[in-house]
Amino acid sequence: MPEDIINLIQESVIQGRITKADEGMDEGMVGQPGVTELVERALASDLSIKDIIAKGLSGGMNTVGQKFEAGEYFIPDMLASAEAVSAAMDMLQPRLAASDIKTKGTIIVATVKDDLHDIGKNIVSILLRGAGYTVKDLGNNVNTQAIVDAVREEKPQFLGLSALLTSTMARMAEVIQMLEQNGLREQVKIIIGGAPVSEEFARGIGADGYGADGFQAVAVVDALASSTEN
Amino acid sequence: MPRKGILVNRPYERLTREQVELIHQTSMQILTDPGLISFNREAVDIFHSHGAEVKSIAGDHQSWQVKIPEQLVSKALDTAPKTVKLGARNPDNTLIMHGDEPRVYLITGSETNIWLDVDFSIYINKADATKEIRVPEFKPRRGTVDDLCQSAHVCEHLEMVDGYIRTVNIQDRDITQENKDVNKFFASLNNNTKHFMSGLTSLKQLDNVVRMAELIAGGKKALEDNPIISFITCLVKSPLQFVEDTTDTFIKVCRRGLPIVVSSSPQAGTTAPIKEAGIIAQINAEVLAGITLGQLVRPGTPVLYGSVPVRARMDTLGDSYGSVETSQYNIDCVQMARFYRLPNYSTSGVCDPKIPGQQSSIERLFSDIVVTMSGPQFLHCAFGLLDCNSIFCLLQAVLDDAHFKMIEFFLRQPQIDQPELEAMLKQMQEVVATPQKLYIAHIRPVLRSGEISGVYPFEGTGEADDVFELAYERMKELLARPVEHIDRETTNRIFEEIPGILPRLNIYENRS
Repeated sequence: MPEDIINLIQESVIQGRITKADEGMDEGMVGQPGVTELVERALASDLSIKDIIAKGLSGGMNTVGQKFEAGEYFIPDMLASAEAVSAAMDMLQPRLAASDIKTKGTIIVATVKDDLHDIGKNIVSILLRGAGYTVKDLGNNVNTQAIVDAVREEKPQFLGLSALLTSTMARMAEVIQMLEQNGLREQVKIIIGGAPVSEEFARGIGADGYGADGFQAVAVVDALASSTEN
Repeated sequence: MPRKGILVNRPYERLTREQVELIHQTSMQILTDPGLISFNREAVDIFHSHGAEVKSIAGDHQSWQVKIPEQLVSKALDTAPKTVKLGARNPDNTLIMHGDEPRVYLITGSETNIWLDVDFSIYINKADATKEIRVPEFKPRRGTVDDLCQSAHVCEHLEMVDGYIRTVNIQDRDITQENKDVNKFFASLNNNTKHFMSGLTSLKQLDNVVRMAELIAGGKKALEDNPIISFITCLVKSPLQFVEDTTDTFIKVCRRGLPIVVSSSPQAGTTAPIKEAGIIAQINAEVLAGITLGQLVRPGTPVLYGSVPVRARMDTLGDSYGSVETSQYNIDCVQMARFYRLPNYSTSGVCDPKIPGQQSSIERLFSDIVVTMSGPQFLHCAFGLLDCNSIFCLLQAVLDDAHFKMIEFFLRQPQIDQPELEAMLKQMQEVVATPQKLYIAHIRPVLRSGEISGVYPFEGTGEADDVFELAYERMKELLARPVEHIDRETTNRIFEEIPGILPRLNIYENRS
């Protein structure tokens, strides 16, 4: 029975269904429990949070990743699944805090000062949540001081900066310089993304990583997380 | 159920109603002065017996001047069917064409002498031997019966191809003027279940090809009900001349009551005036002259208003199908046919270069889009043709099919009504209230419904241009798919009754 619930959670993530009202990939799913109802049921059955996350949510996302690689799933499918995982993680958050289970970490994301573009940053946020990270989104047009203050207060493991304009990408360098000046640079790994920036630009301004798209951003954060653990 | 074709919502028109009527009036004047010169005696007799003024022209050839009065044309336009059915071996491939409905059927053709083989060679960068690319190499050769079978086979599986006109002239050593017709008809019909249209190489073979069609359709009456074959004749040579032999063929086919295209192909600058008004008034007169003759021969003969106008190249005075004016002329003719409520046979996609590439894609796609938008019922859109109509390349036909799928999608009916707008308003209200303000979640219900156009099917990975290689793979995949051949019993009867078909085309004999 517990295995059944885990399998159902996995399937619900694959279908990208948060609640029973959601449609999935397949027809006839409306009315069947979504991931939030299933996680509730799992908790009521005393299933471990670790199994719910590792086997149910992550297991489902692994399958989704494989389907995307195979060309069966498109980005909207990935995002639907990531949002389902994100909703489940929100439910589990209070219990996680009380347990000794280590989460994958916290990341602050922001679009830098004078840049109002946030589609890419929002997609990356959804995917990171789906991958099991806690995401604190500061929004767009965020001034440099506010980003530095958030790093000081939240003590995240990662900082993600986004810019779409060639005129605003220089703000990323300003953020890194100000973090250095405030003695905060060593405590956070910084990744950047956005249309005008590149791997070379990231290296040039002293960032730790660059994501060309949302999936690469998650992969880079995962890699940085592993290197930190090691 | 007939094929659905592409129903154009609001067809693109160049001419005002006044301009259309002016062209019509001018064409009527052309038909009486100068009239047409006929090199065909029977046509002269037919026109004369219906009140047309005819006069012998002195010269080496037997020729007559025929002045066709407007009332003969008007009567012909009354009796010519406004709806023409083109049947098919597979009834699901039937084409129903209404002269006043801009539903476009896409047809292959026409006959080329050269078949273009394609293969890929590897080229290595001189400066960096680790860098290599695969480059398509095209090799022209004379077309054969086997090529025609392959072409018919692939076109059977090309989704956007609604009907088949043979794409390659069969020039095998054992093909003669006498057996060419029966072999091209059998090779095409045996490898393709869509409607088949053709011209005749020898009028002597008309009985044989019609009998073949009767055997396949299930008898004479069955062929009348389901005309799986139709004919095309260029009975009028521009400017304004009835040709002796093709007019003869035209008259004989009309007597059979099978559908036929009255086609004229003047070249602006040489065989028609270079000015748009001139070539359109002339081609309209030429086609109307043919239609009138057809209706005098047998009232009610199903005819298509066939217009293939083209502009001359200024450097060679050859055809320039890739010229912008050629598309304009074709669109004008679509409008003229619609004015008469006759189904129109039009042309697009013919291009000037000799191999697939950027020029061929640009030229053919340009005319394919604009001419389709004008809403001809029967669009001979030159699948796979290159070098005007001299070369056929299967790879190009596969590319054309993908491009027409994009055109079909572009011309779909807009879905904008009150319920749809209310649903969209509700969606906006929901999304604006979310923190991320993205509509992405609403993509999924339509993602696989066909409402969103796909990516270009031959898109490569990274920066590589893999279009030709991917299209080649697709071509091989289509060739590997089976086709529904004519059944064994019918095949045997065809080989028993119709002389001249090459024994190697009998797949049942060759299998055993």
